[in-house]
Amino acid sequence: METPLTQHIQPGRGPLSLKEFENAGGFKGLHKALREMKPADVIFTVKGSNLMGRGGAGFPTGVKWGLVPQEAAGSGMKYLIANADEMEPGTFKDRYLLEGNPHQLIAGMIIAAYAIQAQKAYIFIRWAYKKAEAILRKAIAEAYEAGYLGENILGTGFNLDLYVHSSAGRYICGEESALINSLEGKRGIPRAKPPFPATSGLFGQPSVVNNVETLSWISHIIENGPQWFLDLSATGEGGTKLYGVSGRVKNPGLWELPMGTTVREIIEGYAGGMQDGYKLRGIIPGGASTDFLVESHLDIPMDYASVRSAGSRLGTGTMIILDDKTCPVKFVHNLIKFFADESCGWCTPCREGLPWAQKILESFEQGTAQPEDIGILEHLTRYMGPGNTFCAHAPGAMEPLQSGLKYFRDDFDRHINEKRCPWR
Amino acid sequence: MLSNHEREEILEETRLYPYPGAACIDALKIVQHHRGWISDEAIEDIAAELELSAAEVDSVATFYTRIYRKPVGRNVILVCDSPTCMIMGSESVYQYISDKLSIRFGETSADDRFTLLPITCLGDCDHAPALMINDDLHNNLTLGHIDEILEKYR
Amino acid sequence: MAKIQIDGTFYEVKSEKNLLDNCLALGFDIPYFCFHPAMGSIGACRLCAVKKFANADDKRGRIVMSCMEPVVEGMIISTDDPDVKAFRESILEGLMANHPHDCPVCDEGGECHLQDMTVMTGHNYRRYTFKKRTHNNQYLGPYIKHEMNRCIQCYRCVRFYRNYAGGKDLNVFGSGNRVYFGRQQDGALESEFSGNLVEVCPTGVFTDKIFNKHYARKWDLAHTPSVCQQCSLGCNIIVSERYGMIRRVMNRYNGSVNGYFICDRGRFGHEFINSPDRIKKVHLRASKASELLEVDESCTLSDFMGKKVIGIGSPGASLESNFALLNLVGKENFSHGISEAEHKLTNQSIRLLQSRKVYSPSLKEIEKSDAILVLGEDIAKTAPMMALAVRQAARSESIKLGEKLGIPEWNDYAVRELDQNHQGPDFIVTPSATKIHELVEMAGQAFAKAENPLIITGISGGNEDILDACSTIADALKKQGKKLSVSIVFPECNSVGLALLDGLTLEETEERIDGRQKAEEKIDTVIILENDLYKRASKERIDAMLKKCRQVIVIDHLMNETARQADVLLPAAAFAESAGTVVNNEGRAQRFYSAVPLTGQLKPGWSWCNDQWENLDQVVNALVDAYPVFSAIKNQMPDADFRCSNEKIARQTMRSSGRTAMNANISVSEPKPPQDNDSPLAFSMEGYKGSPPSGLIPYYWSSGWNSVQATNKYLDEPDGHVRNGGDPGVRLFDDIDKE
Ligand SMILES: Cc1cc2nc3c(=O)[nH]c(=O)nc-3n(C[C@H](O)[C@H](O)[C@H](O)COP(=O)(O)O)c2cc1C
Ligand code: SF4
Ligand code: FES
Repeated sequence: METPLTQHIQPGRGPLSLKEFENAGGFKGLHKALREMKPADVIFTVKGSNLMGRGGAGFPTGVKWGLVPQEAAGSGMKYLIANADEMEPGTFKDRYLLEGNPHQLIAGMIIAAYAIQAQKAYIFIRWAYKKAEAILRKAIAEAYEAGYLGENILGTGFNLDLYVHSSAGRYICGEESALINSLEGKRGIPRAKPPFPATSGLFGQPSVVNNVETLSWISHIIENGPQWFLDLSATGEGGTKLYGVSGRVKNPGLWELPMGTTVREIIEGYAGGMQDGYKLRGIIPGGASTDFLVESHLDIPMDYASVRSAGSRLGTGTMIILDDKTCPVKFVHNLIKFFADESCGWCTPCREGLPWAQKILESFEQGTAQPEDIGILEHLTRYMGPGNTFCAHAPGAMEPLQSGLKYFRDDFDRHINEKRCPWR
Repeated sequence: MLSNHEREEILEETRLYPYPGAACIDALKIVQHHRGWISDEAIEDIAAELELSAAEVDSVATFYTRIYRKPVGRNVILVCDSPTCMIMGSESVYQYISDKLSIRFGETSADDRFTLLPITCLGDCDHAPALMINDDLHNNLTLGHIDEILEKYR
Repeated sequence: MAKIQIDGTFYEVKSEKNLLDNCLALGFDIPYFCFHPAMGSIGACRLCAVKKFANADDKRGRIVMSCMEPVVEGMIISTDDPDVKAFRESILEGLMANHPHDCPVCDEGGECHLQDMTVMTGHNYRRYTFKKRTHNNQYLGPYIKHEMNRCIQCYRCVRFYRNYAGGKDLNVFGSGNRVYFGRQQDGALESEFSGNLVEVCPTGVFTDKIFNKHYARKWDLAHTPSVCQQCSLGCNIIVSERYGMIRRVMNRYNGSVNGYFICDRGRFGHEFINSPDRIKKVHLRASKASELLEVDESCTLSDFMGKKVIGIGSPGASLESNFALLNLVGKENFSHGISEAEHKLTNQSIRLLQSRKVYSPSLKEIEKSDAILVLGEDIAKTAPMMALAVRQAARSESIKLGEKLGIPEWNDYAVRELDQNHQGPDFIVTPSATKIHELVEMAGQAFAKAENPLIITGISGGNEDILDACSTIADALKKQGKKLSVSIVFPECNSVGLALLDGLTLEETEERIDGRQKAEEKIDTVIILENDLYKRASKERIDAMLKKCRQVIVIDHLMNETARQADVLLPAAAFAESAGTVVNNEGRAQRFYSAVPLTGQLKPGWSWCNDQWENLDQVVNALVDAYPVFSAIKNQMPDADFRCSNEKIARQTMRSSGRTAMNANISVSEPKPPQDNDSPLAFSMEGYKGSPPSGLIPYYWSSGWNSVQATNKYLDEPDGHVRNGGDPGVRLFDDIDKE
């Protein structure tokens, strides 16, 4: 089984230096792209691979790049941004790539920047990723030294500066337009879309925001071609995927597996199944903002289309397992509290609705919830549904709540009837 | 007044952006790095440095969780309270630390040694429960070795 | 234009406007908060939801925010779909969750956008049972009161204060449901436009502190259309009165002048009317040596007229009062009461504006300029609202760029995000450039690419060379097929109107009064109309001049230095107590009306000067006969006997609470309301309550809209022009520059 993204990552050993990465053939894709391909060809190749953004929404990367105009208006600048914010609870995949193989990301970013003809690139990294930040800064310095960054890269006349910007906390800054505001030194409030960043992004200029995992793919796809990428997966969606499992499993962790590996294989095979004495009750498949899956979904393949047809989203592909010794209401409450705390405060449903939902869930735990509170919660899931809010934060928050109400309704009712949390 | 050191570091950051104000968050972090927190006075000073108004800087400062607008202790303990860590026992970790230091979330110990705060997922879920003290990540926590960890921070 | 289907009916709508804006223009009552016609959309409040259907077969549709929705040909929408109505109601439910429900003690009560929207969406049953979030309030200075708990986080305050008006000291702090709108620390708001927060805020977070000192509900106030007299721009205002006292000033919409906003001087500068220094009675001085004393007997000016009289008018007084004085003393004995320098520059400026060569733009047109030279005038001080217009003009480049990129102007933050790289068009500000050829050269560069070039200058900082340069530049631009706009800031509210009358300069007046003249020509009486001469020349000069007159008659409203020198002091009605016309810097003649019934010995200036004229219309008739340049006024401004459906126009709203009980502390019988002979407005709640002619709108109200948002109901479209007669006022230079 091929594991292109993680092949050079070994636990307990630091990342490859630039030299080591180069010797391992890590810059082949970069040489090929800059020396042999036109920007449009790079975009064409990535489009052909059908690489879907690994940040959670699964938007085709090549299509996103294709939206960037050839000529930029205004100052003429274009920007590429790597989204390394990774604040989605339960998610720890980008950190693995950042700490494990920074040059793979950097090589991918140089190619991506070349494809959209960006002159500046930023890595927007989560505040808490101190180690990753240090590793990145070192790797970037190496890349400048080796002439992969700066002026006239590889003698091709292409220039690129790459900076690391570390964030100051706030989940919403992972949302690409909020990220852009934050990178401009402003409050991390999402922007209206349209215009999309490809039209007007960082500093009002055409910009592309891609996830770390997405960008880490680029040099491989350029080097080996779209068909190779498509062949890696178990289903039609292409590539491998970093899948993670956390919670009461025997062997929590992260694995690079063919896209479309089934939920069962990942949980029971790689993660070793549930710890003794614990039973599986639910699965949050791809970070806090995805709907619960339950046991009956174990055999679905973990790819965008299949998880969607099961009523959830692949999201980040890192699962959180809810076991039978954890109160589902408390679990949902934990998630909703997170989303309520992280609401940016821009739009009404999210700003007012999430704290309300949180308080109701708290009252469930305290045993003071009333029968009508279920109805209010259900109302709130619709109130904060897609399209009703300014960005996808609150709709994301509603996914575990609405599916929690669906799958764990009995547990909610027990809290009301028994006037206490049965798990306490 | 910003120290020369702080000013130089801020200046360095402003070079990465088309205009100085864009380095606002970086500037706040630089000053906080040196002083532990951001006072009203620091807000004014940063504003002057970046050609912004105090209201503009504070608007940004108060938005971000990791900018402290109140004094914190010499060490900041950030306990992950996200779902995986919760499942894996972060509440007892918190309770243990809270009892030991006699502080709750948001408080600073009397000797100014620790401030205790919650933090959302640290991205270390496969090694839950996890916490961070200053810049160091500690994971796979058991109540047994928390004392030892805290000992490292004076 | 695009044809779209709203609730099953087809409408032609404007493609450059968003769906909400178009629907409001068509009269649909779509509730909204964060949208503002002058500031565009941000999509934050989520109240303006409508249903959009993909095609005729789509029965489910999807909820969209109408303020963020461009209109496209063939679009199908529903404004009253049940889903949409339920959603809007729950937006209010969300906003009311933490609202303190303190309407009875809130100054916004009765004219509150939040109250209106709550009723409109039908939210009335509270399900949120938890503790409310609370905030501390700040001290924001003498004008604005802060009550943060009432906030519904629509972001309008910061958008107006920061983005629209460029203020730096108000902002939003915190995040999530703790967002806070205020200053970094307590302290007076610095912006000269801070008062607009009162109207921009849809609730009672920012309220008028001056008004609060003598507060009354909107329905207990009598409202009168008026014109601000604090500078030469002539912003339209509404003056509200109760119990004979001016309580507050609010914006009155004029789509060509001030739009939705006024500056703080206009809003809060009216306090002098209630000042203890007001002259309310006739004062007489028995002999030169004795004191000036109040008298109770009524008298007229003719009781004191001398043989040789000079009348000194004022650029701060109405056209009618000035003309009445001129008429009384004769053209050759009428003085403008301003220095020779100001007189000369003013006249030259007016000749330029009348010359067909240049165009005199309205404030709204200034907003559309794409290159501006500001020469020698500190407009931030002398004409604040013009500075605000210039600030909007500075965005023209990014708006154009936005259009190119498919980002409509109304998508406010999206266009502002583009701003960061584009330093507007050419904006050159010089304290004073002196040489004509330098100016011409400068303009050549600045205006090379401009489509709507504008030069702004003024009397206080300008000079003749600048005016000459304007002519030269205009000629040069004409060759390129471009029109040059020139906007000149004048020192006072009626500088332009006065300049269109004949009159002497102050220097000439001094000369006439000077004793070296032949004995029979010696001036024995000087009448000074609403003009504190000590502000116009040194004390020595004015002392010397007045000493030479046997008798000094002053008609004024405030006890100033000049008034103290009077032998006869006659109490004049201030602008809010009288009707009249002023001509603004654009050349727009605008009528203001009396907001308070006259009492005691107070009389308008014109009435003191001529006791034959019974009302303002008679003065205007005489004025137009003598000065045909003003003839447009006659046709444009309704006479006092104008009626709407046979009724006068009510100054009070329909819901005036207990009108008959209002003066019950004085008398239980209901007195006849005071009569207003100078206007078609009634000092009463009885009268016409529909949409009156544009210049006579006393207040904004429409069923379901008690707040200032009702303004839009009086316009052809939001941010458009006033219906029923167009934007108030008549441009006197128009027929001159039309080619
Ligand atoms: C509330 C919210 C939080 C998000 N957080 C992240 C994040 O932490 N990391 C990330 O890569 N994408 C995040 N996204 C998705 C980004 O908006 C964006 O779609 C993504 O970075 C694009 O990269 P991709 O096309 O490579 O997937 C978030 C989206 C939302 C709505
Ligand atoms: S849904 Fe609204 S309030 Fe919530 S994060 Fe997005 S923009 Fe902010
Ligand atoms: S008015 Fe449309 S979202 Fe506020």
